Amino acid sequence: MTTQHVQMTINGQPYAADIEPRLLLVHFIREVANLTGTHIGCDTTSCGACTVLVNGVPAKSCTLFAVQMDGAAISTVEGLEQNGALHPVQEGFFEEHGLQCGFCTPGMMMTAVAFLAQNPNPTDDEIRRAISGNLCRCTGYVNIVKSIQYAAKKQREAQTAPAAPAEPAEAIR
Amino acid sequence: MIPEDFTYFAPGSLPEVWDLLRQHPDDAKILAGGQSLIPLMKFRLATPAYLIDLRKVPGLDTLAERDGALVIGAMVREAATEHSQLIQRRYPGIHEASAVVADPLVRNFATIGGNIAHADPANDHPAMLLALRASVVAHGPNGQRTIPLDDFLVDTMETSLAPDEVLTEIHVPQPAPRSGSTYLKLERKVGDYAIAAVGVQITLDGDVCTQAGIGLTNVGPKAVRATQAEMFLTGKQPTEDVIREAARLAAAAAQPVSDLHGPEDYKRAMIRTLTARALREATQRARAGGVSA
Repeated sequence: MTTQHVQMTINGQPYAADIEPRLLLVHFIREVANLTGTHIGCDTTSCGACTVLVNGVPAKSCTLFAVQMDGAAISTVEGLEQNGALHPVQEGFFEEHGLQCGFCTPGMMMTAVAFLAQNPNPTDDEIRRAISGNLCRCTGYVNIVKSIQYAAKKQREAQTAPAAPAEPAEAIR
Repeated sequence: MIPEDFTYFAPGSLPEVWDLLRQHPDDAKILAGGQSLIPLMKFRLATPAYLIDLRKVPGLDTLAERDGALVIGAMVREAATEHSQLIQRRYPGIHEASAVVADPLVRNFATIGGNIAHADPANDHPAMLLALRASVVAHGPNGQRTIPLDDFLVDTMETSLAPDEVLTEIHVPQPAPRSGSTYLKLERKVGDYAIAAVGVQITLDGDVCTQAGIGLTNVGPKAVRATQAEMFLTGKQPTEDVIREAARLAAAAAQPVSDLHGPEDYKRAMIRTLTARALREATQRARAGGVSA
């Protein structure tokens, strides 16, 4: 068994390890970085529970080797919350009851985050197509679509709202 | 599921790839997007001892028209062809095939080159690219050669690539004026392989079909060219009667096997229906002025 050195960032934090080339990205995230928010569902490239962003692009982390990610920037669900405030997509799932058991939710939200960055004003149909690689066996998707629309609206409003007045430089020091 | 142990390389040039292939002629595999290979490795249906990742090899991401052909580099992702304006405008059949490969997340990494080189008859691009009369560039240490897709696809998961050759580009002839293409797939749900699918290109001169291409997905040991149907259409006006007869001939060319998705007769009937619909759509697109430059 030969190991190989890899380094990547996950949610901006650097991680480096000597790993077997056959280690899947999802196992690197869960077992090397100890970030267990990314779930393993089907393990056969079908369900999308393991979805993470690779350099901003959503992918199924059960179908990538960690060695392929050398130098990459990975984003997982743990990186969505900022300074104690939920990401608009997380808030949407909370407000619109976008989850029941919650197993698909991390992957569903990562897909939604990347999708809304490309399409800030989507139709319901566009959302359904975007999440067609993420399976939910509880909700029937209606509330998930509502949750993503909630986040889209919130992000659009944040874009158009006048910027908060900047604090005087002295206050930061 | 854990794949069998292997050694991983990410060389930075084609000569390095060829060296590795020469050192390990029997047990190395090329890794592009990995969206078919990695699942096979997890099931241990494929157990390569050496994986050679193309991600650091420069020059494999071309997606442009050049010298009368559309050039698709080996590392062009399905998502790129799905969303490319050039592809949507001039090669709608390729756009439609890319858009039904697996699901959007898989398409972010999966490549068209891999879709072809994997030579799975259930994959969507081989049939569409047969219809478009595409060829493949195989690049080895002794130079490169262009292989028509008909000759590249040998059997189920078997191609005519030599052990030290790498598929570097796919070339699709630029469609003649008044051409129309389309890809129609019957699948149970998103992410499934086709129960049956048909790729078609029609070229018209006046009202007469001067060239027809028809490829069939997942109804044989490899993607099937419906040669009889193509010949029948050529030189005729694609009237409803002509289209129906061509669809019958395409169904006769299919060699489906009965499985959980349906019996042989059903799949042949679906090929007939899909071919007729695809021919009507492609003809309509060709009549509407076809592709614009």
